[in-house]
Amino acid sequence: MLGFGLFLRRLFRRRIVLIGALILLVLIVVALAAPWISPFDPNAVRVARRLRPPSAVNWFGTDEYGRDVLSRIIYGSRASLGIGASVVMMSVACGTLLGILAGYFRRLDGPIMRVIDAFMALPDILLAIFLVAVLGASATNVVLALAIVYTPRVARVVRASTLVVRELPFVEAARALGVSTWRIMSVHVLLNVTSPVLVQATFIFAYAVLAEAGLSFLGAGVPQEVPTWGTMIAASQSFSDQAIWLVVFPGLAIVLAALSLQLVGDGLRDMLDPKLRKSL
Amino acid sequence: MASRLAKRLGGLVIVMFIVAAIVFFLTRLAPGDPAALMLGDQATADDIARLRTTYGLDRPLFIQFGLWLAEVVKGNLGHSIFLQRPVTQALLERAEPTFFLALFALAFATLIGIPCGIASAVWRGRLVDQILSAIAMLSASIPSFWLGLLFIQFFAVRLGWLPVAGYGDPGAPLAERLAHLILPATVLGIVNSALIVRFTRASMLDVLGEDFIRTARAKGISERRVVLRHAFGNALVPIVTVVGLTGALLIGGAIVTETVFGLPGIGNLIVSSVLRRDYPVIQGALIVVAGIYVIINIAVDLIYALVDPRVRT
Repeated sequence: MLGFGLFLRRLFRRRIVLIGALILLVLIVVALAAPWISPFDPNAVRVARRLRPPSAVNWFGTDEYGRDVLSRIIYGSRASLGIGASVVMMSVACGTLLGILAGYFRRLDGPIMRVIDAFMALPDILLAIFLVAVLGASATNVVLALAIVYTPRVARVVRASTLVVRELPFVEAARALGVSTWRIMSVHVLLNVTSPVLVQATFIFAYAVLAEAGLSFLGAGVPQEVPTWGTMIAASQSFSDQAIWLVVFPGLAIVLAALSLQLVGDGLRDMLDPKLRKSL
Repeated sequence: MASRLAKRLGGLVIVMFIVAAIVFFLTRLAPGDPAALMLGDQATADDIARLRTTYGLDRPLFIQFGLWLAEVVKGNLGHSIFLQRPVTQALLERAEPTFFLALFALAFATLIGIPCGIASAVWRGRLVDQILSAIAMLSASIPSFWLGLLFIQFFAVRLGWLPVAGYGDPGAPLAERLAHLILPATVLGIVNSALIVRFTRASMLDVLGEDFIRTARAKGISERRVVLRHAFGNALVPIVTVVGLTGALLIGGAIVTETVFGLPGIGNLIVSSVLRRDYPVIQGALIVVAGIYVIINIAVDLIYALVDPRVRT
């Protein structure tokens, strides 16, 4: 196993990955510290100050109710990143389980993979709006829908790695020593599929942040009262003629989050996948 | 080749059957009586009961699925009470903008993606490579609806160069309709070009490291010819795959883009159907979209075999 220091040094060998990780860290700190760093109450309505452009008082301007855009973006990061993180945890848990089952037990492989193929034949956003339509629009259901959308991706990656790991001598040795199948799967195989899952998880985080915003924009996501970056853009698009900052700043937050996650994911992939390292 | 095709078509039937089952049973998870939903708020209890019998909604779920699937196989995707027409007809009426949008966006993504990927690979590690790779990653991190809104503000509202939204008046000449697609296709193309850049770069790098490239260079063939003919020709297989995949991804991307630009395409129809819970349309559209996706995948696989004799076995 790599030491943590060595892990970080290798990961950040490319400057751009370090920049991505720092942006991500800042976004996470901002989300966690929202109540302390937010300049205004994100829901405080001040009609006299509506649709003000960016200024020294309201750095990112104010919206149609006079609410401070910066404060709403800061609070919005909690919902947007929170939804993304929950989607990652759920899809990684389900996808890893399905992937190991499919990869380890030949009999389950066919049925599980065909269902996964079927889910993957439906475009992400289309499957997500369909699921939200069926389940009902709420933050929990958006998480559930996106987790269902991204589980197949994790499962495919885990299955592929499991197929390789299953044939390795140490697994055979464990089996010969009488180690139970359950233990082989939950310890030996699981440990060896962590790298590809970690890479996949980072990308899914980025896609989930983008997809949540897309769903909110289409009106099939989180209810508009909850400030997320997506609902902020969706709510303000009719004012974009007079107050373009209402669209620009939440969008930039989405871009920063997705970009930093993809940079980190890219760095992790380069580091953990020796096959790709030569093409760097 | 024939056995490959037969095997792939067999896989297609199984996957489409599972897609149909997912779509059917998930729809039934939705709260509320499907008959009541189909008829809307004004329906009386008698109307609902009659519709339940007509559509077999009073029978066991698996029999309902069988009956529905038999109709789908015959090409009958159901009837939308809201639109007052068969789902197939509704989808066909909306197909033109979606088709041209996806086509133009794919052309745009390919035209910028392949040259950027080649340049990135040729000048690997240099500033050009770093800038192009950074731009590719950035373009994959931009929400398409946001870029669309910004483009509308800038190119249509401020500069007035292009139409703001819509697809021209009904019966407008094709050229005018297509002018409405320039902005949306550009947005969709930019957002989807990243994958093509990355794959072109990776497969060009793979080929450029091969021995025959060194031989070609040693023979004194110009670098331009080595890169564009010898290397690119051999890197084509993964590139064809990724272009095909991007084409399939565009179907999903079109849903959001059509909504931003108010294009009366299939994506727009799906979103409005979701918002008004018009389940026959949603089910039909999902089946059609999944079908297109699976067929594109098979087509890519076959083109793969045509382009590269090594895969033909």
